[in-house]
Parts: sequence; structure tokens; C-alpha cells
Amino acid sequence: MSQENIYKPYLMRIESIAEEAPFVKTFRLKFINEEDANAFTFKTGQFGEYSVIGEGESTFCIASSPTKKGYIECTFRQAGKVTSALYRRDVGDIIGFRGPYGNIFPIDEWKGKNLLFIAGGIALPPMRSVIWNCLDLRENYKDVTIVYGAKTVADLVYKEELREWEHRPDVNLITTVDPGGETPDWKGKIGFVPTVLSQEITSSDNTIAIVCGPPIMIKFTMPVLEKLGFKNEDVYTTLENRMKCGFGKCGRCNVGKVFICKDGPVFTLKQLKELPAEY
Amino acid sequence: MNIENKLLKQTSLEKLIVKLKEEGKQIFAPVIKNDQVEFAEISAMQEMTEDYIVTVQSAKAVVFPKVEKLFDFQTTKDNVTIVEKDINAIPEIVLLGARPCDAAGFDALNAIFTWDHLNDNIFVERLKKTTIIGISCSKFDGKCFCTSVNGNPGATKGSDILLTKIENGNYLAEIITEKGQAIVTKYSDLFEVATEVDKKKFIADVPVKFDLKIILDKIPGAFENKVWVKQSLRCISCGACAYVCPTCACFDIQDINNGHEGHRKRSWDSCGFGLFTIHTSGHNPREVQSQRWRQRVMHKFAYMPERQQVVGCVGCGRCSRSCPADMNLKEHLINLAEEVAK
Repeated sequence: MSQENIYKPYLMRIESIAEEAPFVKTFRLKFINEEDANAFTFKTGQFGEYSVIGEGESTFCIASSPTKKGYIECTFRQAGKVTSALYRRDVGDIIGFRGPYGNIFPIDEWKGKNLLFIAGGIALPPMRSVIWNCLDLRENYKDVTIVYGAKTVADLVYKEELREWEHRPDVNLITTVDPGGETPDWKGKIGFVPTVLSQEITSSDNTIAIVCGPPIMIKFTMPVLEKLGFKNEDVYTTLENRMKCGFGKCGRCNVGKVFICKDGPVFTLKQLKELPAEY
Repeated sequence: MNIENKLLKQTSLEKLIVKLKEEGKQIFAPVIKNDQVEFAEISAMQEMTEDYIVTVQSAKAVVFPKVEKLFDFQTTKDNVTIVEKDINAIPEIVLLGARPCDAAGFDALNAIFTWDHLNDNIFVERLKKTTIIGISCSKFDGKCFCTSVNGNPGATKGSDILLTKIENGNYLAEIITEKGQAIVTKYSDLFEVATEVDKKKFIADVPVKFDLKIILDKIPGAFENKVWVKQSLRCISCGACAYVCPTCACFDIQDINNGHEGHRKRSWDSCGFGLFTIHTSGHNPREVQSQRWRQRVMHKFAYMPERQQVVGCVGCGRCSRSCPADMNLKEHLINLAEEVAK
């Protein structure tokens, strides 16, 4: 380990690009070097540092499931310098990737449970990995419910996969858009995620809830889950903070003594409640 | 290894510097530069000054430079090549005249750069190739508080050889590590048998100003204490404290791009800056200066002790000397010890 440069990224080629929503793209990435591809493993929940060489690095989750072999995917919104540079890349271009970093969703511990996934907007990508991971091991879990909302119909990401989940008999998908965000032919719900959640979900029995979304959604979703009787240790979320290194050295992602890059990004609500409110 | 005492005459130290330089080692020592004392490369002992309490900036840049290239790259339309940094090209360094607080600072840096067995190999290699010949402090000022944070103006920890100036311009040389022993073995004719000396007589008597145990015990629970707001009202977020600090390790990573080639670098950063933690969305977990001041102090006295088993402050007082708003860490820690004990 000591001879290895921990800052050196893998080089990966963009295999395909999907336009998910306005300014949101998904890249499917393959390792250029066969040895890297063979040696690489990750678990669901982990993240990486993606870079356009010459422009810098940006942190996001690995949005594909470890059960899908031979590639990884990331979904990002064009927002800052690096994501803008990424957004301009074409199929065939080479980008850098460092990872995987961080902890994981403990899906082995969830065996025999119902799973309730709750996501808002651009926060479906961190959850997509664990959703597919569980769907690919479907026999391990009981009911799978996905509640997903966005501001408008256009802002819903992974539209193809939403259709697929909608038609799967073993998935209960509930989609919603904020009031005013609907189109004339919208067939899903209209309302904010916490409201729809309180109307559609009636039980916390033997269920694990996984929540990912903007802070305002999280804030109003947690009381709904508590009212449903979810225990704090059965509610999971992922945190994000600005990062540079991804492995506990650059010093900026910590919330109190907890480093999101090493101790997270996956936390239970119980752990979250022990953290100072600095995220 | 057991610490061995030797006598090193002033003239022998001068010769030693010449010899080490001849070996191809880079020698860094305190020199007077623009009216202030800073570490810089020297080729002879005469360039060095001994008239300093501590240098303005710490010695950390010798091992952890302000800007460090991580690797080079070349890009074409269809290809990207990463050219690895040759860590074998990192030169052998002798750091002469580091104060015991400077030497202790490397411990804290090393704890971060090797945390959880994940080694920053560039830092590790530089530290490995650095031999520290420290010099004890014979004087101190009102900003110094090493003795309050487990340090001591004559402490050997962190140095490979520690020199203490005794009578007739001679030095007591304490040989602390194998790296130090290697120099003594190689230049044995320069190191003489030490006579019995009372080292204490020649080092400064820095008073203990607060009880570190109270701070270490109580700070983890003081996140919501009002003290952070009160203490940081004057802070102008300039980051000088972090830049002069021997233990501040926080860094940024940026790409320098000259068209089709460039390099990725890591460079010093500071938790005192508002932009340090800001998200692309505009959300900032540490929105106001009191949160950043709390982070700075809690990182050093709560998070590092718990996560890396090292206190992130060596009591050199540089932050207080460099602060344009005259924030004094020693005074703030005294105040903190009182507040958290309530």
C-alpha cells in the first residue's frame, strides 16, 4: 500500500450516456485497463471521485448496483466547474475515477424484511444502486415499495427504470410530483413526498426505510416515519458534504468527529440524531 | 532506543552541515528573510540565525509543501496519460533548528496522512527522508504554551537529534532515533563524549497555563457552548492561523491545466474559509465564522484525540502571533477550560 499513490485515478471510458432530466446525465463507465477492471469491487452505498483530467474532481455515489458486472454508472447534474466539464463529455471519452470509498447499505441484515425506499429529485441515484442490488436478490426480501417524487415530471430521473419498476409485480412504485409540476397526461400522484408517504404507507411492520432527498424533504419525511412507528435504527439515509480526498485526510466533510467519507455516507436515523447539526 | 548524550562543538556543527550538504542532502534552517525568521535552504551554518523564538511559519512545509504535485497528465482528443510522481526523486532533507514544538507537529501530521493504514505515500516518503536536528528553546514569549499541551521546550519527541546550547557555545546533542544515530556513526569524529550537564538550566521555563485534561475531557461535549461565538467575533476568516500552524493538514485538490498537459496538485487550505465546506447548491454546513472557529478548536482538541489518538496542537503560539485580529489561542484555551468546566 505504501508505494501506491492514493490520489491516482483509474482511467475509464464513457460507454454510453443517458439524458435523465434537464441537465442530468448518467454515464456508464468501463475500465480502460483490464487489470483494474478485474481487481475492482465495490458494495452498494459507496461513492467515488470522478474527474475530467485537467478540470478537477467531483464527488458522487456509484449509481449502479454491484450485481451489474463490468461497468459502473454515475448520475450527476450539471452544476459546478467539474460537473459542467463532465456534462460536455461524449461517448468514448476518458475520465478519471477514484474509489470506492465509504461504508455501505447493510443489505444482508435486511434479509426477510419489507423495504421502503423514499427518494426525492436528484437523490434517486444514490438509492438506485441499493434498489437494484435488492431487486437482483429479490428472494431475500418481502414487499418492496418505492416512493419517488420530483418537482416536475421532467425532473424525474431514470424514466425507463421507473416504467420497468411500475410493471414489475414484485415492486410497488409510487411516483409523485410537486403541485404544479404535473403534465396533462401525468398518472402518478400530485403532492410532496412526505404528504404522499403519509397517505400511501400505513405500516412500519418488519420494514426498513431508506430515505434520500434534499434536506427539506428529509426534514418533513422523518416525522412521518416516526409516526408510522419506524424505529430510528431501521431508517437509513446517505449524507453528503463537500469532499476533496474521499478518504479522511483533506478535512472538510466531517460532522463533528464523524467523517462522512469514512464513517458514512450511509447512516441510520439513530446515528444521525447523535450528530451535531452541521451537515 | 535509549537516548545517548554527546557533546557537539559549534565548530563541529558547522563542519557537520558542510558534510551533510556534500552528501547531497538539502539543509533547511531558520534564516532572516525580509526581517522575519523563516525556514529556508542553507549551504552553510553561517546563513542560519539562532536568534528566534519560533519561525513565523512552522517547519511543516519541509515535509508537507504548500503546493505538492500529485501526478502529471497529458491529454489528447482520444487519450489520457497519467505520469506518476517518482517518489524516489524526493531528496534527503535535514531540518536543522526545528523547535521541539515543530518536531512534535510532525506527529500530528503523520497521524492524519497515515490514518487508518491509508498512507499518503508522498508525505510518508518525505517524512522518511527528513532528519530532524532540533534545537531546544532557551527563551519563550507570551504566546508560547507548549507545556500546557504535553510539550516542553527541551522535549526530544519528534527530533532525531536534539541540540541544547550549553556553555562556551557548545551543544549538548541528544541522539534520539536510529536516523540520528546514523549521522553520529558516520561523523563520529565530530561528536564528543558529553560531560555531565544540567540540561534544565539551559532551557526556557514555560509556565503551564491550563489543564489539558479538562479541555480534552470536556470539549467533546461543548459543541453548543456559547464560547465559540464569543471567541470568534473578531475573526476575519483570513486563514493565517492554519497556514502558520505546524499541525494543520487540511488541503484542497485542484488541476492545473495548460492545454494538453498539466498536473493535479494538493495545496494547503483552511477550515476558517467560508468556501471550505460550501456545497455546489449554495448550502453551507458551516455558514458562520463561529462554526468554523469551533471546528478549528474541536478538530485539534476533540476529533483528533479521539480519531487519531493525538492532540492537534503543540502550543507553538504561531496562530496567535500571526492573527491580524489578535486572537490569542492560549488565552482562548484558558477561557475555554474555565467555560467547559462550569
